[in-house]
Amino acid sequence: MTKEELKIKLTELIPAATIDESSEWLIINIKPDELLTTADILRNKPELNFDYLFCQTCVDWKTHLTMVYHLESTKFRHQVVMKVQLDRNKPEIETVSHIWRTAEFHEREVYEMFGVNFLNHPDLRLLILPDGWEGRDPMRKDFEDPVNMIKL
Amino acid sequence: MYRETEILKQPGIGTPDVFGDMVINVGPQHPATHGVLHLILTLNGETIKKVEPHLGYIHRSIEKMCESLTFRQFIYVTSKMDYLSSHINNHGCCLCVEKGMQIEVPAKAQVIRVLMDELTRLASHQLWWGAGAMDIGALTPFFHAFREREMINDIMEESCGTRLTMNYMVPGGVMVDVHPNFQRRVKEFVAHFKNKIDEYDELLTGNVIFQNRVKGVGYLSKEDAISYGCTGPTARGSGVSCDIRKLYPYEVYNKLQFDEIIETGGDCWSRYLVRMKEMRQSLSIVEQLIDNIPEGDVQAKTKAVLKLPKGEYYSRVESARGEFGVYIVSEGGTTPYRIKFRSPGFSNLSALDHMARGGKIGDLVAMMAMLDLVIPDIDR
Repeated sequence: MTKEELKIKLTELIPAATIDESSEWLIINIKPDELLTTADILRNKPELNFDYLFCQTCVDWKTHLTMVYHLESTKFRHQVVMKVQLDRNKPEIETVSHIWRTAEFHEREVYEMFGVNFLNHPDLRLLILPDGWEGRDPMRKDFEDPVNMIKL
Repeated sequence: MYRETEILKQPGIGTPDVFGDMVINVGPQHPATHGVLHLILTLNGETIKKVEPHLGYIHRSIEKMCESLTFRQFIYVTSKMDYLSSHINNHGCCLCVEKGMQIEVPAKAQVIRVLMDELTRLASHQLWWGAGAMDIGALTPFFHAFREREMINDIMEESCGTRLTMNYMVPGGVMVDVHPNFQRRVKEFVAHFKNKIDEYDELLTGNVIFQNRVKGVGYLSKEDAISYGCTGPTARGSGVSCDIRKLYPYEVYNKLQFDEIIETGGDCWSRYLVRMKEMRQSLSIVEQLIDNIPEGDVQAKTKAVLKLPKGEYYSRVESARGEFGVYIVSEGGTTPYRIKFRSPGFSNLSALDHMARGGKIGDLVAMMAMLDLVIPDIDR
């Protein structure tokens, strides 16, 4: 499917999303409570079939956090980027690890690095940081560690 | 860092039950992990019930570090992630910066980049072959593999200055032209290795003891491989077509003749076969290019200070372990606002628990060997 066809299809199937064409791939912006229904449509609609989550990460914009999901269909080879804006003080979002299994590790990494709380995640624990880590979320922009002299 | 008592306190793991579950630590210092990876195994007798990777022993927070480095500087740090495919890591980063700056890379630099990528892939697969066989119990292949790998390292040393973390690629091309001896020595290597790879097959591939250790071990279905985000030989051994060089060709890959190797067995043996056949394909790519290095510049003219326009950029390359992705968010400044490296090893490792469940503890080492784990690539 070309970018144009994909855009028409996505507006038809996910009317709540706003679509941004400024980048290499289409970007769909959704609200946190629409995540599960949108993810389900993207993964399970046979004409979309986004079965491969190749990158999942978070960006700290100082006023809010943005979860970024890079998705690809291994059958049709089209890509889409899904973005969800989160409240920086209480970031909470549903897990997608039951839809794309790779999300389990990626979400654990985002949880410890950005402090995003993934609801219904099967095993939300620290992955990279040592056990007993009590500091704040180290990948956020305002993180400072005077002992190890980390400051941006 | 993880004392036995602390592990037992965690809910869900290690709670010894009446049926005699046993918790065993593999690593962080274990010869078969090729680095510092810590696995907590829950066993019932010899059968694996759960594998839990604990990462971070070599975490350097490269992503955070890159946020304070300029678009020229951050590429050098990425060599230290997957140190066995450092050229390919650098390549991915350069492609991403070039995409943002719309820099056209000269034809000569493109060919040199692909040559270096494929030599790196060969060196990486050779190390995997030797070390993987050693994990399984065959000691001889290690010495054979390192003999040939040494030749590639010497070629790299001559042209790039270093043997492991090359830092040879820069936005716009490569740093300097290749050494005058480059073509001659690469041809010598190709001629030498063509015979040796048959010897590799005689030595290990046809060995019945080795085959028994890897056949039917660590099964991963096609659907699971996609769902776990596996890439590279791990996924291609399960029948997933995922070679970025074929699917989204970069540089001169679309002009070359080579096959994407796909095996459908889904076990360690298929992953082994994919890598062995990939070595022959890489050799053929090197042969096609070595006499056809065009004349011209090795670097495009770029500004001294690079400022990526506001926006986000993603580039994908095929490293020796799978798909390596670079995601740059730029605010228009001289440094990236946020950078994310999608490392192939991280996703491949997440499938280990699924593969190993129900298997025997003796097979775990074979599974890890055929995943080709490089720990700094996983931890970043």
